[in-house]
Amino acid sequence: MGIFCRSSSYAKLAQTIALRRAAVPSVTSVCERLQSSAAVVSEPKWTEIYTTNPIDHNESTFSKILIANRGEIACRVMHTARRMGIKTVAIHSDVDSNSLFVRMADEAVCVGKAPTSQSYLNVDAILRAIDSTGAEAVHPGYGFLSENTKFAAILESKGVKFIGPNSDAIIKMGDKIESKRLAKGANVSFIPGYDGEIKSEEHCIEISKKIGYPVMIKASAGGGGKGMRIARNDKEAREGFRLSQQEAKSSFGDDRMLVEKYVVDPRHIEVQFMGDKHGNAVYLNERECSIQRRNQKVIEEAPSPFVDPEMRKRMGTQAVTLAKHVGYDSAGTVEFLVDNDKNFYFLEMNTRLQVEHPISECITGIDLVYEMIRVAKGHPLKVTQDQMPLRGWAIESRVYAEDPSKNFGLPSIGRLSKYRAPSHIDGVRCDSGIEEGSEISIYYDPMICKLITYGKTRAECIEKQIQALDDYVIRGVTHNIPLLRDIFTEKRFCSGDINTGYLPSVYPDGFQGKSYTPAEKKDLIAISAAMHAKDALRSGKFINAEEPTIKAREEYLLTVHLADEQAHCLVKCKPGAFDVHLDGQVISVKDNFNLAEDVSHMNVGSNKHTIQLINRKPNGTLRIRFLGTALNVKVMSAEADRFLKLMPDKPKADFSKTVQAPMPGLVKSVSAKVGQMIPEGQEVCVIEAMKMQNSLTAAVTGKVKAVNVKPGDTVEDEQVLIEFE
Amino acid sequence: MFLATLTGASRAYSPLLLTRPCSTIAHTLSVKDRIKSSKEAALQGGGPKRIEAQHKKGKLTARERILLLCDPNTFSEYDQFAEHRCSDFGMEKKKISGDSVVTGHGKINGRTAYIFSQDFTVFGGSLSSIHAQKICKIMDQAMLVGAPVIGLNDSGGARIQEGVESLAGYADIFQRNVMSSGVVPQISLIMGPCAGGAVYSPALTDFTFMVRDSSYLFITGPDVVKAVTNEDVSQEELGGAKTHTSVSGVAHGAFDNDVDALMSMRTFFSYLPLSNRDPAPIRQCDDPWNRDVIGLDTVVPLETTSAYNMLDVIQAVVDESEFFEIQANYAKNIIVGFARLNGRTVGVVGNQPKVAAGCLDINSSVKGARFVRFCDAFNIPIITFVDVPGFLPGTAQEYGGIIRHGAKLLYAYAEATVPKITVITRKAYGGAYDVMSSKHLRGDMNYAWPTAEVAVMGAKGAVKILFGGKSADEVAKAEQEYMDKFGNPFPAAVRGFVDDIIEPRTTRRRLCLDLDILDRKKLSNPPKKHGNIPL
Repeated sequence: MGIFCRSSSYAKLAQTIALRRAAVPSVTSVCERLQSSAAVVSEPKWTEIYTTNPIDHNESTFSKILIANRGEIACRVMHTARRMGIKTVAIHSDVDSNSLFVRMADEAVCVGKAPTSQSYLNVDAILRAIDSTGAEAVHPGYGFLSENTKFAAILESKGVKFIGPNSDAIIKMGDKIESKRLAKGANVSFIPGYDGEIKSEEHCIEISKKIGYPVMIKASAGGGGKGMRIARNDKEAREGFRLSQQEAKSSFGDDRMLVEKYVVDPRHIEVQFMGDKHGNAVYLNERECSIQRRNQKVIEEAPSPFVDPEMRKRMGTQAVTLAKHVGYDSAGTVEFLVDNDKNFYFLEMNTRLQVEHPISECITGIDLVYEMIRVAKGHPLKVTQDQMPLRGWAIESRVYAEDPSKNFGLPSIGRLSKYRAPSHIDGVRCDSGIEEGSEISIYYDPMICKLITYGKTRAECIEKQIQALDDYVIRGVTHNIPLLRDIFTEKRFCSGDINTGYLPSVYPDGFQGKSYTPAEKKDLIAISAAMHAKDALRSGKFINAEEPTIKAREEYLLTVHLADEQAHCLVKCKPGAFDVHLDGQVISVKDNFNLAEDVSHMNVGSNKHTIQLINRKPNGTLRIRFLGTALNVKVMSAEADRFLKLMPDKPKADFSKTVQAPMPGLVKSVSAKVGQMIPEGQEVCVIEAMKMQNSLTAAVTGKVKAVNVKPGDTVEDEQVLIEFE
Repeated sequence: MFLATLTGASRAYSPLLLTRPCSTIAHTLSVKDRIKSSKEAALQGGGPKRIEAQHKKGKLTARERILLLCDPNTFSEYDQFAEHRCSDFGMEKKKISGDSVVTGHGKINGRTAYIFSQDFTVFGGSLSSIHAQKICKIMDQAMLVGAPVIGLNDSGGARIQEGVESLAGYADIFQRNVMSSGVVPQISLIMGPCAGGAVYSPALTDFTFMVRDSSYLFITGPDVVKAVTNEDVSQEELGGAKTHTSVSGVAHGAFDNDVDALMSMRTFFSYLPLSNRDPAPIRQCDDPWNRDVIGLDTVVPLETTSAYNMLDVIQAVVDESEFFEIQANYAKNIIVGFARLNGRTVGVVGNQPKVAAGCLDINSSVKGARFVRFCDAFNIPIITFVDVPGFLPGTAQEYGGIIRHGAKLLYAYAEATVPKITVITRKAYGGAYDVMSSKHLRGDMNYAWPTAEVAVMGAKGAVKILFGGKSADEVAKAEQEYMDKFGNPFPAAVRGFVDDIIEPRTTRRRLCLDLDILDRKKLSNPPKKHGNIPL
């Protein structure tokens, strides 16, 4: 396993790695295990879905490819490369040196420091890595350099294959302004808009007025919701243009902007297609990606519950026609906006492998990465359109390190102190680049995992999602599982009645965690009370001390506090069960759990619940994840509860006089100055996290007392940035 | 003789007794009544008005506190009939059964604890001679049977009316605190004022906890401070929970209110042995002892100068991630606290790279030393996680006596005979390496992670001394050479100063296995009256 470090500043780092990887085996048996930690990642179970065009080992292919990406997508590409017998090279930033994808690769090259502009976008360093490792082809994954035509062109000139479309196709379709002109030419219907570049804020307002509000302002080079904003009036158009342009510049290095009509609450349905260098193209059916927040997809499924075979064929044919029109020769996606009358409008073509590609793989049995590599090598597509399967259903939910109660997801960072993906469940595929101990940092996308379930029907996939999310152990960072799980139990989603406005319309006040029914609350109370009793019982039992002659109690009169509510109950400990007497009812909680396990499958009365006991405080507070949402449950003796009521409430700190960071991130700009009078609602500073710019405003009108940060500072969640008098 | 003992609360009965002295039936009944009414009076403490005032201040009464601390119906009270003997300043007219403290023993999760709880509603909880005598009685009992003493302090101070008797009472308690030290665990929970001489009893006990916003500890209050030094300071700033848990280090922890504090005490109690005659308790454990902790492989950052949180390491290794931290907000560059490994209570000490690079300074040395000595006294094995760049340099430290104070931690580790297991996670530099439970101080098992660097100092510093005045190129080369040679666990491992280099993920299983074996460890120090720790 080779390590190539170019800059001398990595010398120390290299030494550490070298020690971890190589030196210690001279010591003893322990070290054999140590080596194994430089992981062998076994072949995941889900690869058995690839039945439509199995790997043909007799076909010529590359001997070594470099993956110019990180995290889950790097792992995803390597899985297929390995199965094909291709050696893999990972490139990585210094902070990623120990990441799963780096250890999974046959070779790894450090290409720079943490900021993406110095590593994953550092073309020179990546080119050097290609030279030094002798990689024959490069898979760019998604994001980063995947749609960078300059990079693709340089590779071409060096005789290194770019595993993706030819640069001509990327130029034509990757650029939103250019692609609109082409779509017009290919008779694809599209939304009214201005097919030119917007020059200034004033220009943006002028065009927007002409099209009519609401409008969508987006980066020409953009994607994934970055550099994209909706404006409903002149003021928002001005602000949206400015912020989106800044984002576009930092994310894509290209700040050209465009404006188009914003279709309210459409569905977002896209067609996956695959082309080759011989003029063939097929579509792999559609994906419904309507569940979005801030234009970023959260849940995707294939096929769409809205699309009928005739519509599927029309959409697919249009996509393939367009692909052929531009000579497209790899995996690509045509995105459509679909209104209630099943009209679809061309939105854009994504000239890359997309995040949500696995669900298309599940329903077609095709390994898209395999096809991309084959096609890049020059082989023609084997599967024809009439052979294209559409079997069963697949759903992907994106598990993010973010707080879903803040604007449906504000990034959170931290170290995954405990992590266990539910990949042991049949029909569950976890595409992830992280593992226990990984750090979710401010430098990269906060995605933890793409949780994919596949099965015969939509209902089966939803059921599996719920089961998998309940079994998912993530500790150390805030995550969006509460929201994901709640969506999977929500009536509208389950009936397939979804559109891009789904989240704000189902959760008009934002997502505040699961709201439990009275029956669910009772079960939660019974679970908490049983846990309390279980702990109390063991607290009196010591292995190395005589059993006390005064026996432990077998009955506990308890009060359980859930948020603002409380319930009194009596727990009777019986062999094999805890009988919880609550509101004249007896709920029996089976004693088949313990307080050390990460996930408990509990029998509560006649119900089965999967719960997670996240932690216990010395004062008896339990943090429990129940039906997706984690909450604090305070369990105490009835007596303690009576006395607690005598305790006066303590005054709480007033936060309205401060501006706090809503998430960890980097300070982009600070517009407030000490002594300045600032009206309520005015921007005081901008925080960038995971490439999103967030404008923070004053909550009150007042005079600035202190400015605690300056541009370039890294800030933590809830750090006080600006104080008012 | 009988009449001579008649006092305050029972006086109402005397005329009846005098007029009909010969009816033994009536006598028996009247005694019964008297007992009953005395008990009732005792339970009332200072009366409903004072109890209400106590509640308004966010404080529970002495008896309510005991009720919460003990298992239901397990508290047996002593000396409920005791009364003060003061006859000056009209005190002879003011007597309350039990006086200003409730004493006795109870069970906490089935295990015995001796408890005294000062009653602020009776004479402001002030310490009379009988009050002291009651406390002394249960302290003597606790020593006799070998059970911890828990004091719930809520007292205005000395009973001024009693003068020197009250002072004598304090001293009697102090003497017993000292005699009990190292024999039975002593815990103080400050739940109200505790001022003047009274503070020294908690100070002599093993652990002092406080309740936020309602408890104060100081030698002299704000008024006296103002008069003597002209400083303006509030009660809270001078001796509140925040001050003592973060600035002075006098208190070992603080809680939000009485209920929180008492429930937490029950949890805390479960970590402790009952006396120095008992082994560290082993509770049934559901967390697999041989569980691999994968996350530990990457917890130490690749960049040797970047920080990480040692609490992540500790919580990942111990049972159920449960760690009862002691002095969490004081001298944060060292972490101490209790946890369990395969059910057995252990004391955990760890340098905290997140704070001041985890260096040892005056405060952290003293904090660590006191904790190590407690563990040693009560047979609790000590697990030490080392990532220490050395002692903190500077005039502030030297003038403050870092030599003297640093020596305390050294002394404590060297003296300890309980099982000692050490894991060097990264840096173990200089004298601080020796101090942190090194092999040379009779460490039983000393492990190094692959990221460990055991050296006299960092490469930069070493090269500066060895190659002063040489060209930059030569210095850089030497630095690299020094790093290659000492920036790894090998120099210590080849000399046997660490017993093994272990993969971090196996740390938990290694510790659990070792503890199992070291259970039979027998080691004692030479007989002596006592050592002379550099105080």
